[in-house]
Amino acid sequence: MATVIDRDQVQDLVAQGAVLVEVLKAEEYQEDHLPGALSIPLAQIDRETVKTLDQEHPMIVYCWDAA
Amino acid sequence: MAPRAAARLELLGFTKVFHYHAGKLDWMAAGLPTEGENAKRPRAGTVARKDVPVCALTDRVGQVRDRARALGWDAAVAVNDDHVVLGLLRSAELDKDADQPIEEAMRPGPSTFRPYVPIKEMADYMTQHKLESSPVTTSDGKLVGLLLRSDAVAQAEGCPDCVRKMI
Repeated sequence: MATVIDRDQVQDLVAQGAVLVEVLKAEEYQEDHLPGALSIPLAQIDRETVKTLDQEHPMIVYCWDAA
Repeated sequence: MAPRAAARLELLGFTKVFHYHAGKLDWMAAGLPTEGENAKRPRAGTVARKDVPVCALTDRVGQVRDRARALGWDAAVAVNDDHVVLGLLRSAELDKDADQPIEEAMRPGPSTFRPYVPIKEMADYMTQHKLESSPVTTSDGKLVGLLLRSDAVAQAEGCPDCVRKMI
């Protein structure tokens, strides 16, 4: 199960090279996203869309809020 | 949505998956930078004046008034040691008795706004509610700056599409 982290931990992990992944719709990503984040909408997460990503690399997923 | 995405990535073999629970809203509410179309547009946090005078609850009105006006301000924000906003002093409050403590003179618990609010929304709201100034704070309540209505209106006039799109 994924580890839940807060804003400070996000910044620490990103500084260490973690990959940010926004899972909202592409339109929302285009409006605003965290610096350097990738856009992979939830419905599009499959073997094809993630095949270029290193599975051993830390990945941070986020959406709009905690709801 | 993000928990499902995290679970999906784990099913696909990712071994170090983290979930930023509070999400983009938390990031933006903290006044941290973003990228994207909206990042180039003025927002409450970028237009708010960061040099607004601050004071403590135990300060006296007279000393705060003198300090603020010497700096060209007719407002001050009362904060605690962590810079959390506790109250606002506009012209009327600064004109109160010089010996009165700030805690008694200020407007307690003023409405605050998050840094990511588009400037057109801020300008419209402040005009409708006749707010001459409003503190902009992070989600933790910490002061980012004081947004003046005149600044918000001027910026909004130059950016008529500075509103949130409802997707």
